[in-house]
Amino acid sequence: MYRILDREDLTSEIHLLKIEAPGVARKAQAGQFIIVRVDEKGERIPLTIADWDREEGNVTIVFMEVGTSTRKLASLSIGDSVVDFVGPLGRPTEIEQFGTVVCVAGGFAIATIMPIARAMRKAGNRVISIMGFRTKNLVFWQERLGSVSDELIVTTDDGSYKRKGLVTEPLKELLQETRIERVIAIGPTVMMKFCSLTTKPFGVKTIVSLNPIMVDGTGMCGCCRVLVGGETKFACVDGPDFDGHEVDWDLLVKRQRTYLDEEKESLELWKKKMAGAIINE
Amino acid sequence: MSEKKKLDLNRVSMPKQEPLVRKRNFSEVALGYTEEQALREASRCIQCKKPACIDGCPVDIDIPGFIRAISEGNMPEAVSVLKDRNSLPGICGRVCPQETQCEMTCILAKKGAPIAIGRLERYVADWERHHPEIIGQQKSYAKFNGKKVTVVGSGPAGLTCAAELAKLGYGVTIFEALHVAGGVLMYGIPEFRLPKSIVQAEVNYVRSLSEEIKLDQVIGKIATVDDLLGNGFDAIFLAPGAGAPMFLNIPGENLSGIYSANEFLTRTNLMKAYAFPEYDTPIKAGGEVVVFGGGNVAMDASRCALRLGAGKVYIIYRRSRVEMPARAEERENAEEEGIFFKLLTNPKRFIGDEQGKVKAVELYEMELGEPDESGRRRPIPKPNTEFVMEIDTAIVALGTKPNPIIPSTTKGLELTRWGTIKTDDATGRTSKEGVWCGGDMATGAATVISAMGAGKRTAVDIDAYLQGGS
Repeated sequence: MYRILDREDLTSEIHLLKIEAPGVARKAQAGQFIIVRVDEKGERIPLTIADWDREEGNVTIVFMEVGTSTRKLASLSIGDSVVDFVGPLGRPTEIEQFGTVVCVAGGFAIATIMPIARAMRKAGNRVISIMGFRTKNLVFWQERLGSVSDELIVTTDDGSYKRKGLVTEPLKELLQETRIERVIAIGPTVMMKFCSLTTKPFGVKTIVSLNPIMVDGTGMCGCCRVLVGGETKFACVDGPDFDGHEVDWDLLVKRQRTYLDEEKESLELWKKKMAGAIINE
Repeated sequence: MSEKKKLDLNRVSMPKQEPLVRKRNFSEVALGYTEEQALREASRCIQCKKPACIDGCPVDIDIPGFIRAISEGNMPEAVSVLKDRNSLPGICGRVCPQETQCEMTCILAKKGAPIAIGRLERYVADWERHHPEIIGQQKSYAKFNGKKVTVVGSGPAGLTCAAELAKLGYGVTIFEALHVAGGVLMYGIPEFRLPKSIVQAEVNYVRSLSEEIKLDQVIGKIATVDDLLGNGFDAIFLAPGAGAPMFLNIPGENLSGIYSANEFLTRTNLMKAYAFPEYDTPIKAGGEVVVFGGGNVAMDASRCALRLGAGKVYIIYRRSRVEMPARAEERENAEEEGIFFKLLTNPKRFIGDEQGKVKAVELYEMELGEPDESGRRRPIPKPNTEFVMEIDTAIVALGTKPNPIIPSTTKGLELTRWGTIKTDDATGRTSKEGVWCGGDMATGAATVISAMGAGKRTAVDIDAYLQGGS
């Protein structure tokens, strides 16, 4: 059992949990993920590591409520536990002194890109971060990401805060105006796809963090297979970071949608259970 | 025993659930002997002076010894004789290929009626589980000798090695990557062939002997082999198991609805997808299901698919029936349950719909040519025999290759050209001082009992090494 030490609601649907996991904290590096199983009947789901504290022995995850598993996770409070917390899994993000690095993140992935931006800056890079949100009340960690960036650009789709538009617009301008050695793009699959399409004509290497469905997360089942440069890779052991210009995005999206019907069914059942629990209280 | 005793060649058959009933449930297929049946079968053993059956056993069980105890009605003695050499008898009694091991070398095999050693082993193990009161009478083993050993992986190799070393007085800690101990016994072999409560009972026996089984620990990630060696452990046994699934490498293989057997079985057995949505992990197994491969894993996957509600299930194998590596018993069970066998057939490509879901597979016929290096006749494609079969789900059961996590994070570990860890077969030693390896990571995919044999041989060598060659 792994105890929840702290919890913060970053928006109404995006939550932060700090979990007691000294072994994982000791080895965690930017870009890696964990597999969590909330309870005895739960799925094994991958979530990226947002932060860690080696001395205090804890790991921070940030996630958005999507299906049953993330809702179950969101229902937990400080002092509760999850049954399994496995990691750190996957290869760490390649951190080197590249020169100027642009870190682009959308939605809850702001938390995922934090340790990468921090490590890139520590390695001597000039870090420009772009964070994109749907609307103003979903904005979080602006100061936090700003503190590890030399320059920070914030966009909202509806223009309710800072710059109106998608993250790809300032990204394109930067590519046109500045010499950029590397781009890291993390967020929803379509966002990563369009960031990769934006950088491709400029020939700037673009790293994305793929999020296919996984089961064991250790290379045993092949559920997370993705096509990169025409070759089948397992995101859990060969990734999750890949060259965005080589990824078969349509295949990734289709495989992510494999269980849409089942996810709906499962969520209905969970909602019913929750409604029942409230009535019983 | 007098040689003049009349030979009884009536092998007592195993009671089973009826095919039409069992194909729709996950309960165990083979029901086990009754006391009367076990006594009758045990009394057929002629107690050879030089028992050939033991030569066929990878873990050297005193087979005539435990069978004599059954026939004398002394069950605690039968348990004691069996567990002296085998810590996992309930598992072995169910999944060992006895027909190519002890029962093949049994002297009565020459008359076509070997003693049903596996069924008797299972009977003894099940009797013990139902008589917990005798556990207190088990013999006690050596006291802690001050030396600590790590075992990586809690499958059959790891559990066996851990139990043997613990019996000798070593402090053994087992690291398991998944959230339950048992490895392939939990995620791979289905409930209807090996009930998970039995695996856990035997895991708990090993747990009672050892210091600890630590779950959720992916060695190579949370700690490297070198971290463990530097952390007070005197020896390490690597038994991380079968690793990465192999695929067909044909077009369309990444369409949704196409599973590796590892994924399909893990979802079903470990994650209990058959109880979705009560359990959260889903699985797709409706309509027409095809399984590629001819081994035990292909049989397991096809029979799981049937129980998950598939309409029709086909096993597609490129050679003929005689070359199938699956145990005859498992093949028969599958056929009785209504699995269709499409032999001498191979896939060319998968065809998907607009959503990226598999909807058909193009197949072609094969014929057998001259024997290849495996001794089996080589399958050769027959030209112009392509045909398309509509399917809903495909499962690829072609075997596994080594998982890269441990080899890529451990310094000084020599590998073979197949990516397995180079290991001395007799001792389990690797090229790295203080590190041993066994099971599928050393041999490539093999059987439960061969992994157990490796675990046992390694325990002997680790003991000799840590006692300074004395």
